[in-house]
Amino acid sequence: MTWRRRVAPYVLMAPGLLWLLLFFVLPNIQMLLMSLSSGRISTGFDLTWDFGNYVDAVSSFQDQFRNSLVYGGLATLLCFLIGYPLAYGIAFRGGRYKNLLLFLVIAPFFTSFLIRTISWRIILGNDGPFLSIVRDALGLVPANFSIIGTPLAVVSGITYQFLPFMVLPTYVALEKIDRRLVEAARDLYAGPWRPGGAIVGGAIGAILLVVMGAALTYVPLAVENLAGILVVAGVGAAIGALVGWFLVSEAFVRVIWPLSLSGVFAGGILTFIPAIGDFVNVELLGNPRTQMIGNVIQNRYLAQNDYPTAAALSFLLMAGILVAIFVYARLLGTEELSGGRV
Amino acid sequence: MSTSAATTGVAPSTAAPGAGARLAALLERTAVPVFTAAAILYLLTPIFVMVAFSFNDPPGRFNFVWGELSLEAWARPFARPGLADALVTSLVVGVISTLVATTLGTLIALALTRYDFRGRAATNLFIFIPMATPEIVLGASLLTLFVATAQEPLRTLTGGAFFPLGVQTILIAHVMFNISYVVVTVRARMQGFPRHLEEAAMDLGATEWVTFWKVTFPLIFPGILAAALLAFSLSIDDFIITNFTSGTSSTFPIWVWASIRNNLPPQVHVIGTMIFVIAIALVAVPTLRSAWVGRRAQRRHAAARP
Repeated sequence: MTWRRRVAPYVLMAPGLLWLLLFFVLPNIQMLLMSLSSGRISTGFDLTWDFGNYVDAVSSFQDQFRNSLVYGGLATLLCFLIGYPLAYGIAFRGGRYKNLLLFLVIAPFFTSFLIRTISWRIILGNDGPFLSIVRDALGLVPANFSIIGTPLAVVSGITYQFLPFMVLPTYVALEKIDRRLVEAARDLYAGPWRPGGAIVGGAIGAILLVVMGAALTYVPLAVENLAGILVVAGVGAAIGALVGWFLVSEAFVRVIWPLSLSGVFAGGILTFIPAIGDFVNVELLGNPRTQMIGNVIQNRYLAQNDYPTAAALSFLLMAGILVAIFVYARLLGTEELSGGRV
Repeated sequence: MSTSAATTGVAPSTAAPGAGARLAALLERTAVPVFTAAAILYLLTPIFVMVAFSFNDPPGRFNFVWGELSLEAWARPFARPGLADALVTSLVVGVISTLVATTLGTLIALALTRYDFRGRAATNLFIFIPMATPEIVLGASLLTLFVATAQEPLRTLTGGAFFPLGVQTILIAHVMFNISYVVVTVRARMQGFPRHLEEAAMDLGATEWVTFWKVTFPLIFPGILAAALLAFSLSIDDFIITNFTSGTSSTFPIWVWASIRNNLPPQVHVIGTMIFVIAIALVAVPTLRSAWVGRRAQRRHAAARP
């Protein structure tokens, strides 16, 4: 009986783990070996332990690496800015509609990933509904302003695709918070966070808007453009200060926010990882100048059959992500990360 | 429960608060719900666009711009060469990979939640890594492996099972990425599992086998069903990994991707809408039914009480 109990878990897991070993671990080892090989698909590959593939990969695709990090980072930031208040709204103000709201958050997953991206191409297109309102009806942007083919379109697409990955873990963390702690904070005179909220909010708002504007190439970071930068920073500061003054309470800053951090981190990782590996949004919404590392990998593998370089690129991606996961697991444990996903 | 209302500095008894203070209070009360509604609307917008553009007769070859209202695509949803075949492949791959992955994944979840053994934490982490790996890496590495089996000596060893690529390699890939999702879903439902019910069954003389099928399985079945639905929807939807492992065969997303270089017929939106409606029905109907049954049971229970 005890012998059976000791062996049982391994027997139960054996078939599934074997499948993962054969078709997840082994392929990655094969990819590592491929990245150290030279040759073409027609002539066969020789393992030459040639690290030159990595040097080539990094040096020739710097722009794409940079785009991946910038767009992926920006999309993760936007997912947080949209997703945190959304998760908060569902967890604290959802009432009896909580489950319905959560269902609506994952409803996009019931349509095809490609079709959702195609929808954004329709919405953001030159003759699409978004520009016909913002450009033609309201005149907020110049007549020759377009979105498709710019970093803005790519970041919008990625933000949309991965927003639920941010909302769900954040919601789980917020929902777990014991409401009595919040009430206790209020009983102990935690009121509106003033003026701290306005000051902190203003500073964060200014920095965020300038960073976003710069990353999307609308606000060049140059001394000649100081006036423009200051205007953008001012707008960001105003928004941040208003939010901080009116909407942020001390109970939130001291109780809710610290307790929700684990969910935010999990959401951040689950958003950032697929975001930097994405190539569909660039293909459908961007242009050749906005290409990310995923575009290079898929092109080298499937169009040019340049396996060694492509393998080096995707192994770099994989290695970076493994480091991120292990750092996270060390800091916050493994169950939190995998349990937060629905 | 209303958090931000309580953060208001304005006490309700304050005599005639100024217009500014009232505006501030209104802002505090409504900002979060309004933002939540707007964000949900944003998440749903592309779905509305998909449905609307399935009724479009586009001016060019690409269904990107509104032309005029038309039922043409709905009348003949498969009137494009290869589209029906691709959809059938998607369904076949979806069903088979769901069955295999749900079985393998449920077994792992059982082991992880019902036994304490060496390597449990490591297994948890190992299960999580495929979900956290970008799909492009999963696809690229599988392609690397499959291509390697085209060379000797692996070619003879594998009997050419993995190369050339085809439906079998798509299946292998879909089972692989679905296992982790199944494990996580089933495991989540099994936490807080009422173990005393099993102990009671065993005390009453049921064997382990009978206990499993009569007590454990019915209790975890909703979790397994949820995992299977998730696996099926992930499989039907997958594009990136399939793109690397499909060779010359097509699933529905692969067909769309190949088509979009030359044209994008509204049929794509019609089939997308059909898949969406069926998926929603599959998930929503059981949920609504169980909620309704639960309410009815509650009412009866209340009525039976003196």
